[in-house]
Amino acid sequence: MADSGVTDEPGTKDDVHRAKTEGKELSKEEKQRLRKEKKQQKKNKEKKDEKASHESEKKKNKEEKPVSAAAPASQPPTQPSTQKAPSAVPAPAPVPVPVSETPALADKPAKTKADLKAERRARQEAERASKQAATSKPKAPPNELQPVVKRLPEHVQVDNPGVLKKLAKKLERQQTPGCNAATNAKIPLRLDYGYKVSLFSHLHQYSRKAPLTQQLSIPSTVIHPAIVRLGLQYSQGIVAGSNARSVALLHAFKQVIRDYTTPPNEELSRDLVNKLKPYISFLSQCRPLSASMGNAIKYIKKEISNIPSQCKEEEAKRKLLSCIDCYIDEKIILAAKAIAKSSIEKISNGDVILVYGCSSLVNHILCEAFEKNIKFRVIVVDSRPRLEGREALRRLVQRGISCTYVLISAVSYILPEVSKVFLGAHALLANGYVMSRVGTSQIALVAKAFNVPVLVCCETYKFCERVQTDSFVSNELDDPDDLIVTRKGKTQLEHWQDVPSLGLLNLVYDVTPPDFVDLVITDLGMIPCTSVPVVLRVKNVDQ
Amino acid sequence: LETVVYFRAQMRKDPDMASAVAAIRTLLEFLKRDKGETILGLRESLTGATDCLTGVDSSVAVSSGGELFLRFISLTSLEHQDLSRCKKVMEERGELFLEKISMSRAKVAKLCHTFIKDGAKILTHSYSRVVLRVLEKAAAEKKRFSVYVTESQPDSAGRQMADALRKLNVPVTVVLDAAVGYVLEKVDLVIVGAEGVVESGGIINKIGTYQMAVCSKAHNKPFYVVAESFKFVRLYPLNQQDVPDKFKYKADTLKTVKNLSEEHPMIDYTPPSLITLLFTDLGVLTPSAVSDELIKLYL
Repeated sequence: MADSGVTDEPGTKDDVHRAKTEGKELSKEEKQRLRKEKKQQKKNKEKKDEKASHESEKKKNKEEKPVSAAAPASQPPTQPSTQKAPSAVPAPAPVPVPVSETPALADKPAKTKADLKAERRARQEAERASKQAATSKPKAPPNELQPVVKRLPEHVQVDNPGVLKKLAKKLERQQTPGCNAATNAKIPLRLDYGYKVSLFSHLHQYSRKAPLTQQLSIPSTVIHPAIVRLGLQYSQGIVAGSNARSVALLHAFKQVIRDYTTPPNEELSRDLVNKLKPYISFLSQCRPLSASMGNAIKYIKKEISNIPSQCKEEEAKRKLLSCIDCYIDEKIILAAKAIAKSSIEKISNGDVILVYGCSSLVNHILCEAFEKNIKFRVIVVDSRPRLEGREALRRLVQRGISCTYVLISAVSYILPEVSKVFLGAHALLANGYVMSRVGTSQIALVAKAFNVPVLVCCETYKFCERVQTDSFVSNELDDPDDLIVTRKGKTQLEHWQDVPSLGLLNLVYDVTPPDFVDLVITDLGMIPCTSVPVVLRVKNVDQ
Repeated sequence: LETVVYFRAQMRKDPDMASAVAAIRTLLEFLKRDKGETILGLRESLTGATDCLTGVDSSVAVSSGGELFLRFISLTSLEHQDLSRCKKVMEERGELFLEKISMSRAKVAKLCHTFIKDGAKILTHSYSRVVLRVLEKAAAEKKRFSVYVTESQPDSAGRQMADALRKLNVPVTVVLDAAVGYVLEKVDLVIVGAEGVVESGGIINKIGTYQMAVCSKAHNKPFYVVAESFKFVRLYPLNQQDVPDKFKYKADTLKTVKNLSEEHPMIDYTPPSLITLLFTDLGVLTPSAVSDELIKLYL
């Protein structure tokens, strides 16, 4: 799609400039005028060659700081007419749209994508000019007041070929300066495996037997070996569990920071963030990032970009390492202690506690309660194909806690005996839904039917701003071959790929509505499930 | 011990005042008379005084009121060098707090009386001064309504409520606690007070409230709770058993009786799913908004 022009007519630029320096929103006439002029420009500039616009795009990449979200052009990709739109928007050039423009765009949805792009380009030029000219201009109203249309993340648009192409291009482009495509030192794109059930065809489905590292060339100078190892551990399931993954990620980043040297003429705060980008892409190819990892990465990026430029490299590195240690300590280790303290108040003598799968936090709580000599027994519920409950069972029995082990199909049989249900969480969403291992919502549902209180334990660093009401929109598909099992020498599903209408679905997560959860125990205290947005608000105010 | 004496004197002086308000007055007086040297010592002695008062009157409101008082007065910057200056600041804050909460009942009444329509039939439980105030306001607005009050054993507090209402010329009927389900088809709305509002948005109130809430849910009648904001407490009971013993029984019972399982509890817990709205001096809240308010109050 041809890029529209970059240069403004001086009249429009002045108007926009004037409006922006006065801090007012563009008036209706001005908006209309702008639109007309953009249309004119588009017709003129369509004849311009791609190279010029591509160069200007690259220029923008280097100049502008990466800003997440806020590309107003996208509408849900289910509309076939606008399917080209996400591919038209260049992926690694996150366009920092001044927020005051979204109202203008919002009331004219009939405009084509090229128009919108042209407008955005023009406004960016105007804004850059105004920034250079004026000293201080009153900032556009804060994001919460304007309807910001977010771009859908690519990992839930796998059935959109445009998005896949965009991702491939992005991975190619993420190389350290100095390498070129010829040396083949780029992050490989992992290919999907097997037939996907149609409801989930928008998600990736990888095979464990084809790890990403096989496609990496040696020597690969792009990716740090600690990250390669981490990626392999993730994709093979050696490091699993929300807390474990985050801690492993932070340790790997610590190693990266230790081995990092600032190239000449570069600033540590900006260069290190750019260095981390290909690593993060690589890791998300190995296994989609979890919400806790996402928050940890946001924190690190913020810390890195807050390093003052006059700071010496050694000192900066030391500061970063101590920041990471601090984060792990506060958000994970101390939070676990605080949560255990609150939870122990809720465990009384004679309780029968039901747990599902293996949550490090819940296991910690139960062990602490046992240390305090509270008499209780535990029922561990497990499910295929991961059978994580066996690990939890092993840990609890080692401590001397009396346990019972059942499979999830027996949950309604055993629930009349149970007095409380303790669940761990992978993430807590902004509308109060709990995202956790698949099977959790089933247990919560049955517990509600039996009037058994359900308690979810979750640290605050796992709270995320996402909103989800069902388990389809955003999930993770694990290797379908895991569902194949050999019993009595016969493997029934061995040749499932040959049957054209057969799909194997191995879901990893599901969401539990807040009506089924009675209490959420966090390091900030005990809150009802509906108060998650309050905690998020308090956290944002703190930062 | 003089705190206890003062507290009892306050309660006797104004029987219409909530026990929590009397407790807070006592604590303020305690603060004024305290001869401590350090702020930490002051805080500890205030906590001790609150515990002392809870020993006299073990209602949830006294403990919540005391804790909130402590929080409110220390929520200001106490960076002054001079201890007496700090104390003065704290005392001023304490007076401010007291003033605010004495207005709270009026605020609640103002919010709630609009929900009582002309010709309404109201069901209420036991003797609650806040509900009385609300009904007074509604009667003052020339609304015609009639009230059913449960007798509320074991102390027959409902009869007291009925007498007070008769003085307002409101037609009132006293019903048995067991007759709640029978009467509910005739009523339009249910209004109860609360001894404490917990973090989940549920309430702790005189025994029999939970039953009333379950029945009104079954009949699809709105269940309203009126409570002042100083009754918000940082408890989170999961079920009836989870409410601490020190609130369930009267203070004297706790001290004298050995085997609590033979005593009958005086309060029960109503979960938030059964409550339609809460009227407080912070506004009209849904049960899920209570946690938000609590976080704001206590943080």
